[in-house]
Amino acid sequence: MSALLSVDTISKRFRGLVAVDRLTFEVPEGGIFAVIGPNGAGKTTLFNMIAGVFPPDTGTITFAGERIDGLTPDKICRRGIGRTFQIVRPFPGLTVEDNVIVGALLHRHQVEAARGHAHEVLRRLDLYDKRDQRAASLTLPDRKRLEVARALATDPKLLLLDEVMAGLRPTETDRIVSILQDLNRETGLTILLIEHVMRAVMALAGRILVMHHGASIAEGPPEQVVRDPAVIHSYLGAEAV
Amino acid sequence: MGGIIARLFGGIPRRGLILLGVLLLALIAAPLFAGSYLLTVLILILYFAYIGQAWNIMMGFAGQLSLGHALYVGLGAYTAAALYVHFGIGPWIGLLVAVPVAALAGAFIGFLAFRFRVGGVYFAILTIAVAEFARVGFDHLTWTKGSAGLFLPVAQYTHNDLWNLRGHPVMFYYILLTATVLALIGCRALLQSRMGYFWQAIREDEEAARSAGIDTFYYKMVAVVISAGMTSFAGVIYAFFYNNLFPEQVFHISRSIEIILGPIVGGVGTLFGPILGAFILTGLAETLSATLEGLGIDLPGAKQVFYGICLLLVIVALPDGVWPWLRKRIGLTERGS
Repeated sequence: MSALLSVDTISKRFRGLVAVDRLTFEVPEGGIFAVIGPNGAGKTTLFNMIAGVFPPDTGTITFAGERIDGLTPDKICRRGIGRTFQIVRPFPGLTVEDNVIVGALLHRHQVEAARGHAHEVLRRLDLYDKRDQRAASLTLPDRKRLEVARALATDPKLLLLDEVMAGLRPTETDRIVSILQDLNRETGLTILLIEHVMRAVMALAGRILVMHHGASIAEGPPEQVVRDPAVIHSYLGAEAV
Repeated sequence: MGGIIARLFGGIPRRGLILLGVLLLALIAAPLFAGSYLLTVLILILYFAYIGQAWNIMMGFAGQLSLGHALYVGLGAYTAAALYVHFGIGPWIGLLVAVPVAALAGAFIGFLAFRFRVGGVYFAILTIAVAEFARVGFDHLTWTKGSAGLFLPVAQYTHNDLWNLRGHPVMFYYILLTATVLALIGCRALLQSRMGYFWQAIREDEEAARSAGIDTFYYKMVAVVISAGMTSFAGVIYAFFYNNLFPEQVFHISRSIEIILGPIVGGVGTLFGPILGAFILTGLAETLSATLEGLGIDLPGAKQVFYGICLLLVIVALPDGVWPWLRKRIGLTERGS
């Protein structure tokens, strides 16, 4: 498998704090890649650089063969990277359907065509029956899935998921996990996720990168990574063994 | 043709169409029955209904608060009036200059603000600042007679000259009625278009909108330019209706506030809110004047105090505006009605 996304020695510094420190990794096309690590490890900073919220201080990010570091978030989305936010931010005053139509309109110019696509996406995310509700009235699990739906409606090649399982009950987590597995299998969608819920990470990820203090301390298949002494020490805790 | 009509009215419940039709017929017939006082009130209502819709595109659709819309009214009014006074250029040709002038001013404000990430209240302050700048500037602009005021030759009401906008108030009434209806149709089409969705996304959460691939700078610029251009048309009508322009009046911030009260009371972001708000506010002001006069109360400022109290009550009771509430009460819950 070739790499869809290549991150090459990127760093980001906020004043004195090194948030991301010379990080390098590749996400293979069609794969599900997880980034884990303790709070403050620099995971969201990494995401924000990939999504264009701010550029890396050094290093390059290549997506589908082209440099994307330094591009603005809207341009990066148009290149084919969809994202969710750690703290969900659907458009609260719009209906569930309209939230997803906004995403679908990115590559469609007719509202009706976008509506059709939005309906498909909503069915996939189990939100179709709630399409006429205002987004603000949804429960957290529904809002999390709406975030995914809106990002998915932009037809991304790569989906960035920032802790979509956080705060969900195990049954809700399993529901999203199976939706993401289906998406990955059926559409070949590449997924890069930040996640704390190990249950979801182990079920989904083909490969895991562990960050600590902005740097990579381990990378590999899930079984291998969770047995890594450094990972257990800094993140999982001894009881996980 | 059938497709266009279906598109125009699609999604509006039958009851809404009937009410809209009745209202439109009543407004078309009104000059036959209205005396000159009532006609003047109706002209004011339509004037504010039209500008309210233009302002609503920026604030209600795209979430960009302008507190300086008097700028675009004034630029439209002064451009068309000056061209008429100096070169004898009629208002409809003048409009072809006035609209781009106002749109450019909007683009200037928009570019400054959106390029340098000035948002929220700071954006609103910028709009005030530019309008104030224009007020002071026009006070000293000799070409438009400065603070002494620019006067148009007053018309004789012997016949209506639509081409030069010289004539009876009834003519202005129908022009503003047409403009208001066209604005309503236009705003509905805009709101339901691709751009309308993007505007609403920006209004709701700009960062999330950017992450959904929306070029927020571009779409905010378009909203400001359309709103400014539309507003300037009302300015042209203003100039030729009142026949005199003073910078202290036209560009004054109280004019900008007047413009935004209607949509706020009616319902920001709704299509019918600005129109309803104009009826409520102008109707209220005129009723208060008549009542106070009838009661023989002649206290300076009494009208303003009552006006303020009524406004306060409406906003406290219906913070989303009157139209969303009324729409529910009369059973029109469909989106876009």
